Amino acid sequence: MHTLGTELNPLRIAIVGSGPSGFYAAEELLKSSMAVSVDMIDRLPSPFGLVRSGVAPDHPKLKMPIVVFDKVAQMPGFSFHGNVTVGQDISVEALQKTHHAVIFTCGAQTDRKLGVPGEALAGSHTATEFVGWYNGHPDYRHLNFDLSQEVAVIIGQGNVAADVARALSKSVDELRTTDMAEHAIEALAKSRVREIHIIGRRGPAQAKFTNKELKELGELTGCSAEINSGGIVLNDESLVEIESKTNFIAAKNVEIMRSWTQNAATNGNKRIVFHFQQSPVKLVGTDRVQQIILEKNNLKGPAFDQQAYGTDEQEILNCGLVFRSIGYRGVPIPGVPFDEKKGTFPNSAGRINNARGLYTAGWIKRGPSGIIGTNRADALETVATLLGDLESLERDPKPGFSAHFSTLENSKVKVVSYQGWQRIDAEERRRGELKGKPREKITDIAEMLSIAS
Amino acid sequence: MPHVVTDNCQRCRFTECVVTCPTACFHGDADMLYIDSVACIDCAACVTACPVRAIYELTDLPEDKAHWGPINAERAMILPIVDHKQEPLSTANARRTELGY
Ligand SMILES: Cc1cc2nc3c(=O)[nH]c(=O)nc-3n(C[C@H](O)[C@H](O)[C@H](O)COP(=O)(O)OP(=O)(O)OC[C@H]3O[C@@H](n4cnc5c(N)ncnc54)[C@H](O)[C@@H]3O)c2cc1C
Repeated sequence: MHTLGTELNPLRIAIVGSGPSGFYAAEELLKSSMAVSVDMIDRLPSPFGLVRSGVAPDHPKLKMPIVVFDKVAQMPGFSFHGNVTVGQDISVEALQKTHHAVIFTCGAQTDRKLGVPGEALAGSHTATEFVGWYNGHPDYRHLNFDLSQEVAVIIGQGNVAADVARALSKSVDELRTTDMAEHAIEALAKSRVREIHIIGRRGPAQAKFTNKELKELGELTGCSAEINSGGIVLNDESLVEIESKTNFIAAKNVEIMRSWTQNAATNGNKRIVFHFQQSPVKLVGTDRVQQIILEKNNLKGPAFDQQAYGTDEQEILNCGLVFRSIGYRGVPIPGVPFDEKKGTFPNSAGRINNARGLYTAGWIKRGPSGIIGTNRADALETVATLLGDLESLERDPKPGFSAHFSTLENSKVKVVSYQGWQRIDAEERRRGELKGKPREKITDIAEMLSIAS
Repeated sequence: MPHVVTDNCQRCRFTECVVTCPTACFHGDADMLYIDSVACIDCAACVTACPVRAIYELTDLPEDKAHWGPINAERAMILPIVDHKQEPLSTANARRTELGY
């Protein structure tokens, strides 16, 4: 038999998910000294995961990794199979029969819940829904957000909260030249949102923003960044935290927020107001959310491990929209071990526990933290583990993904190749050009499929 | 504005940063790394990856490190890309302690 990883018996890897972790894993495999063939599968007809559907439209530079991914897609041995959901259109077991190993890079597809009464009221949304909607993700294009409300509350203090705040506070003229979906631009053009409250359960020193994203909120035109009446108060442990040499991001965040303490609403301006050490305990409203009840928290515990504890002291904030942005969770795929608590695939250095030939990288491996580049380091670790395991993988030649084409066709699944995606891409750019924006995303799967073929 | 590697990298060269770069911006000589100012997309993934805080955004550079901006731009153009982790310099741990990290 031919040695695994040679021309006559190439190492065939299926990668489930075409976000950053999938592409960086593919690149590393294809640049290895072995003969490798990569079949990258995504449930959407379009590749690139959250770089396409998460990264904010007004941050086009941060989408530049797509140029890198596009080069990977041109490498010999790479194939893309879009519009195929693993665990639904094709089983993990079926993929294992046609590949030597499967790498799951399917991200964290759902949100963490607040778990408070009223969470399901109309007007209460997840950040994922709102972000997916303005970014033209096919799953979220039909959603409606009542932007006739004047006050919006965002729960959570990280970069996604900052993205949501910018989308709500920027003028529509600033958004028109971005790749934000047309339906969102139209809806935001009529928005009456004036006040955006960003609520954090811990203090300013524990907020998860990166410096640039936080600073940007203070530099918006027609919008002021303010700290609510509680101000910037740091306990001794938090002072220890920001004085630590390695915690310079938090120190800078605090410095940025301190520069806002004198800011106040000026006539006509929108306002972004930061609240600290508060947790929502209830959303209240008859037909829809009208108020959020916040409970004051105390911080307890040693520096770098301070937790928020409720004090029973409550405050009512009137609002018509609530966005929960408190983190993401992975969803299980039948045939793959799942850690219910963390919402990840349990693994060591990327090798999924107790499952031969199954690997994982990215958000589904380590949880929803870190930015695009973090997934490269993470994917390299997984590929190193996989290539080190070669001896223990099945060594017979495998046919690869094309062995599934006829089955998929019989079950009416239209597989989109990379060439198919390039046709969608070209059409999106063409439509964008007519409007002076980089692209107009096509958000209807049926339409994407017809353009792809 | 692009990010810039400064003198803290010298005698360290931990290379923890290079694997976090989404656009393969790092170039290196035997002493340290440099960032390609054109390819850098300003995501700042490398800033927290560096164990000795050698990396700053250009606009955040302390005054006494301002010259590193042009040095990065020039050196990155002529040096090879470093996109995989390499052995730190033998002086790395001592230097890290000296720098207080
Ligand atoms: C709103 C938001 C904004 C962000 N902004 C930035 C930013 O500005 N800069 C930055 O550096 N990082 C940003 N991030 C973080 C960055 O997007 C993530 O670190 C990164 O995308 C995670 O990569 P991943 O490959 O693990 O998952 P993802 O990017 O989520 O990719 C997962 C892919 O798997 C596919 N998939 C899922 N399930 C299946 C299945 N069963 N079968 C087939 N395919 C499947 C999905 O369709 C998706 O394409 C942002 C994240 C969010 C949520």
